Amino acid sequence: MKTVVKYLYGFRDWIDARFPLTKQWNEHLAKYYAPKNFNFWYFFGSLALVVLVIQIVTGIWLTMNYKPAADLAFASVEYIMRDVEWGWWIRYMHSTGSSAFFIVIYLHMYRGMLYGSYKQPRELLWVFGMFIYLLLMAEAFFGYLLPWGQMSYWGAQVIISLFAAVPVVGDELALWIRGDFVVSDVTLNRFFAFHVIALPLLICGLVVAHILALHEVGSNNPDGVEIKNNKGADGIPLDGIPFHPYYTVKDIVATVVFLIIFAAVVFFAPEMGGYFLEHANFVPADPLKTPDHIAPVWYFTPFYAILRAVPNQLGGVVAMGMATTLFFFLPWLDRSPVKSIRYRGWKYKTALAAFTVSFLVLGWLGMQASTVTYTWMSRFFATVYFLFFLLMPYYTSTDNDKIVPDRVNYP
Amino acid sequence: MNDDGINKNRRRFLTTTATVIGGMGAVAATVPFISTLTPSARAKAIGAPIEVDIGDLGPGERKIVKWQGKPIWILRRSEQSLATLAELGEIVRDPDSMVEQQPAYAKNEHRSLKPEYLIVIGLCTHLGCSPSYVPADDEHELGDDWKGGFFCVCHGSRFDLAGRVYKGVPAPTNLVVPPHQYLSNTRILIGDDSELS
Amino acid sequence: MTRLIQILCGFMVAAPLWAAGNGPGLMDAKIDLSDQASLQRGARIFVNYCLSCHAAAYMRYNRLGEDLGISDDVLKENLMFGTDKIGSTMTIAMSKADAEQYFGVAPPDLSVIARARGADWLYTFFMTFYRDPSRPLGANNLVFKDVAMPNVLWELQGWQRPVYKQKTNAKGNTVNKFDHLEYETTGILSDKEYKKTVQDLVNFMVYLGEPIKLKRQMIGTWVMVYLLILLVIVYLLKQEYWRDIR
Repeated sequence: MKTVVKYLYGFRDWIDARFPLTKQWNEHLAKYYAPKNFNFWYFFGSLALVVLVIQIVTGIWLTMNYKPAADLAFASVEYIMRDVEWGWWIRYMHSTGSSAFFIVIYLHMYRGMLYGSYKQPRELLWVFGMFIYLLLMAEAFFGYLLPWGQMSYWGAQVIISLFAAVPVVGDELALWIRGDFVVSDVTLNRFFAFHVIALPLLICGLVVAHILALHEVGSNNPDGVEIKNNKGADGIPLDGIPFHPYYTVKDIVATVVFLIIFAAVVFFAPEMGGYFLEHANFVPADPLKTPDHIAPVWYFTPFYAILRAVPNQLGGVVAMGMATTLFFFLPWLDRSPVKSIRYRGWKYKTALAAFTVSFLVLGWLGMQASTVTYTWMSRFFATVYFLFFLLMPYYTSTDNDKIVPDRVNYP
Repeated sequence: MNDDGINKNRRRFLTTTATVIGGMGAVAATVPFISTLTPSARAKAIGAPIEVDIGDLGPGERKIVKWQGKPIWILRRSEQSLATLAELGEIVRDPDSMVEQQPAYAKNEHRSLKPEYLIVIGLCTHLGCSPSYVPADDEHELGDDWKGGFFCVCHGSRFDLAGRVYKGVPAPTNLVVPPHQYLSNTRILIGDDSELS
Repeated sequence: MTRLIQILCGFMVAAPLWAAGNGPGLMDAKIDLSDQASLQRGARIFVNYCLSCHAAAYMRYNRLGEDLGISDDVLKENLMFGTDKIGSTMTIAMSKADAEQYFGVAPPDLSVIARARGADWLYTFFMTFYRDPSRPLGANNLVFKDVAMPNVLWELQGWQRPVYKQKTNAKGNTVNKFDHLEYETTGILSDKEYKKTVQDLVNFMVYLGEPIKLKRQMIGTWVMVYLLILLVIVYLLKQEYWRDIR
């Protein structure tokens, strides 16, 4: 046994002389000091990584049997669901994983808004994250066409038509994106290429950049205190603890809890009552007949509601685009000297609460068939949504913020 | 962080347990991923036993059918070509079919259920090319003592009319005889020999 | 945070209740996938009444036999008409072009129809065909207006006709408003027997939509048991390490 251990150490030294293995391990895990007061909201970064791995692995396996051709795609998905051993499991993991990804990412972003994680010096970290989010939406959109059901088809049709709203070149642009006069085999084939290789590569690259940026500046925490300002004699932050083992064991608990919820959906409610797998998508794409009620998958519905709220085609598209991209500017819109909501005044708290409510209500409205009342509701909540961002420089600079302590709160 | 009160045994026990139980789950999770790569229900359906009518085969004629995606040769041998099999005992590598390349009922000189009909998988046992059928009377460059058989153009392996491999060629073993049975005098079932065993 | 967890939990629990197409006015199909006898009866009705015009091209006969406990011989004799290959899918001889000529639209493949429409919708559909001389095939349906499909089960159910009630609308005019269906002729089966038959059929169609469903839930139970055990261990492990910090 002892000799084995000796050889293992020897092997490690051999590698370390040629590749910074131990150095990387220490920098990112064993000697990466994270604040000790992380709470529930700090699980979602690791969980996003877990979901990313699930999506990549199940995605690779799905491509082994999926056929990106208009006349074969729908049948190949059912082939995976029935004829391929365990194919159903892999497919449900992937379909549940896409919704799980957005749940985790939305909570992860919301954490940033609660505790001011986007504020100096973490602006670039936030911007990388926002790019990941935008790419993720594109990835989900491309992937949603692949089952080639009615919702896939008409969803793609509607979203691509958004580009037709661009002045002058709009129609040409939409035609170029589709590669055909309607969404067709050509469109499916190129969406497949984007979905399985182009975007995943970009996302993985950005995830690495996101993590490198995080480990450069260090993690924020629920108190919004910079732990690097209080270092001990050994140069280690007094409120910091090594990520490994303390946060690895903690994140493993979170991962298992996540897997329990995830498995519950995969094994007992993979359709999630039509929210994760929509009923109309079990009907093969028919270019001649739109389903009675079409709505995007739940994670796009807040933006879809904003799109519908504007009574002008181009205006709606611009509003929808702004609703997703305004997040980029949070680090500069927020003028408060305080990061965490714990020490913010009533103005930011109220604004964030109003934003949260409008995001959720818009999400619900985006799933409903449009009526006059709903359209007016959408307009109201879309206005609140935008005012949260646009008035931010005002209400954050005049807020009655509290005094931030020097050290983090840890019971 | 101080080391007081750390119960090292408890910590080691929990770490080991978590690793073992978690590892078991991880291994279990790989099983589906490995299973998906096995033949699907469709592949199995396509590879199901097939019925072939051999009533129209004349002596010396060969029929090729597909079973499990592989070429299956059904060759009707004439009396005189059957007689040549005994002469080739010295030239072929495994004249008595000692290597298990056939079901027990085809372990005989003619390597078939009925002497007249040879049923083999038409893939060379060397690297899987499909050899050509070269009757003795055809024009060929296989030498004057060629009694008819199969020649693989890929790497030059030779087989006689019972699918037995010649000595001195790359192929190591005789051609494979698939499981089969006769449903009647003129109908065979390839891929299923349940009535025989 | 607590509020958020409550919302999430509410979402988890409530979701299955909004299952497919359980809209107002639909009858309860009372699905029970564990009732193998019902599934077998349903399969027989499906093969006899549906499979001549509709295919179920993603389903294999041998899978059906395995899941429903039907032997290969019985399967070949009673359920397989177009083919004798046990591994074939449930396809039909009628071509799409022919079908369009007969019915105006090609009858859809039924493999996943239960997942698209929902069990209750299908049940109500089969219960509410009624005589309508204005339609080319003499039948209409309450949940699928102007359906192109003929009332194939009329022999079993008998014919129904709509009963209208006179009502006064806002303008003060009297209009005929649909009230309910009543039997015009009786079929081979009694009302109760017919309901049971349709229930079997819909039960089978739900099975057809996702043959793995029962097994999936069974595997899921074991996965949950395993994950809960793992949770206890990793939680204890975390507590053990975090004693350093406290």
